[in-house]
Amino acid sequence: MYTEKVMEHFASPHNVGVIENADGVGEVGNPVCGDMMTFYIKVKDGIIEDIKYQTFGCVAAIAVSSQVTDMVKGKSIAEAKALTKKAVAEALGGLPKEKMHCSNLGAEALLEAIKNYEASISGEPAPAIQKSKRPKRHKICGSCGVKNPITANFCMGCGKGLE
Amino acid sequence: MKDTQKRIVYMDHAAATPVKGPVLEAMLPYFDRDFANPSTVYDLGFRIKRVMEEQRAKVAELIGADPEEIIFTSSGAEANNLAIKGTIFSRFRKAKRIIVSAIEHHSVLNSARFFERLDYEVTFLPVDKHGLVDSERLKQTLDQDTALVSIMHGNNEVGTIEPIRELAAICHEHGVPFHTDAVATIGSVEIDVRDMDVDLLSLSGPPLGAPKGIGALYFRKNTRLMPLIHGGIQERGRRGGTENVPGIVGLGKAAELAKSSLKERAAHLRRLRDTLITNILEGIPHVYLTGHPEKRLPGHASFCIEAIEGEALIFMLSQNGIYANTGSACASKALKTSPVLVALGIPAALAQGSIVFTLEETNSLDDIDYTMRHLPAVVERLRAMSPIWKNNAPVATMA
Repeated sequence: MYTEKVMEHFASPHNVGVIENADGVGEVGNPVCGDMMTFYIKVKDGIIEDIKYQTFGCVAAIAVSSQVTDMVKGKSIAEAKALTKKAVAEALGGLPKEKMHCSNLGAEALLEAIKNYEASISGEPAPAIQKSKRPKRHKICGSCGVKNPITANFCMGCGKGLE
Repeated sequence: MKDTQKRIVYMDHAAATPVKGPVLEAMLPYFDRDFANPSTVYDLGFRIKRVMEEQRAKVAELIGADPEEIIFTSSGAEANNLAIKGTIFSRFRKAKRIIVSAIEHHSVLNSARFFERLDYEVTFLPVDKHGLVDSERLKQTLDQDTALVSIMHGNNEVGTIEPIRELAAICHEHGVPFHTDAVATIGSVEIDVRDMDVDLLSLSGPPLGAPKGIGALYFRKNTRLMPLIHGGIQERGRRGGTENVPGIVGLGKAAELAKSSLKERAAHLRRLRDTLITNILEGIPHVYLTGHPEKRLPGHASFCIEAIEGEALIFMLSQNGIYANTGSACASKALKTSPVLVALGIPAALAQGSIVFTLEETNSLDDIDYTMRHLPAVVERLRAMSPIWKNNAPVATMA
């Protein structure tokens, strides 16, 4: 199901951890969807000197995080910004189709960390990180009004199907 | 270390089981030597027919039924389809409601859902936090317009065993036929269809040590059933197609073995299960048992582990030779959390950390030891890289 490259990263992921006093922090996803990543960057003279991450998620999510750090460590901010999801997936020798969207969050999380860094040096308040983009986490049952997890196929209250 | 790495501890028997030696041996002649079609009139075929009927009797005996109440199918899923569609189509549009529990196998849920398109009303009975179907709710929902109720005997994801006798009795008070999917319980829990008083019961081969591709449906005499596969007079007109004779012989042999060893097998599995549950709950912090603490399948231990994701956990365990399953959304092709865990009201983020061990008699206490040597370390490793795990505790998430 996964490529050798993915399994390599998963077996021994690179750059896992937290950077205390990081210059930029970016967080995307949430555990309800299944994947969540927090990226930390340390920047010096426009170069990403150090990068670490924490990931809650599947094999793909962990491999993607590890791969992203490998691709941008020591690179300039401009280069890091140009990193695409596609490039990450390609570097891993491909990802299963269903994992392309939900687990391939590494480039996004990195971008959030860079934005956070740029906001801090320009002195402007950090843009509200992906708060507006946060996906809906509940759906309300049309027939009985009970709040259900977004993943529910049918209502926990009355058992009716949900869409 | 090298030696232990080669070891395989397989604990995903709900997904697949090895065929038992004596079962395979019993099947082999029917691939080449005794290959004739049981529907033929000459001696070669007639003999096969007789062998097939002997197997039917063995399967019937395992569940306390009469041989003519058994239909062989290709799987438990087909048995479930036949039970639901066969019953509904036999009295098509005479009653417009189907009731199933919210934690049924997909072959039941989706068979019931299929009739929504044909203007049937499908009611999904909720379950409590332990996965037990609410019998009061069933009483309220049942009416003259109900065509069929289907509630599983044992749940394969959380291990809960439903009070089938009580539920069937409620249905019969209203004259409604009752079906139960016993794929998870067959061979490890005693089943007597007369005592349980069910009208239809599905079972399949693999839980008994028979191969994939064989299952059976029990239907009480005089139950109306429309075939799904129209064809010749095989299975007395209820399922067309030349019979899978080797599979049927395998199922018969496996049923015979299961009948004679059920009690010891269940006791063995229960001991393993209880050891595993105690070890995991005591050995790993922030872990919850899913399903019912007592009313559960003898070989079934299922948990949700905080702050980690199931697919990564399963992969990492498999690298240590330990094989289990998960209901995590990431591990399903549809990327949806298991509807069973959702129905139990387990928060979605916690459900991501689901892990399911299904044991067999081939497992040993040594396997449990081996698992406990690796599982806590794997959990710790994943937690160390999890953004929702800090200071040895899960961080409250927005879930």
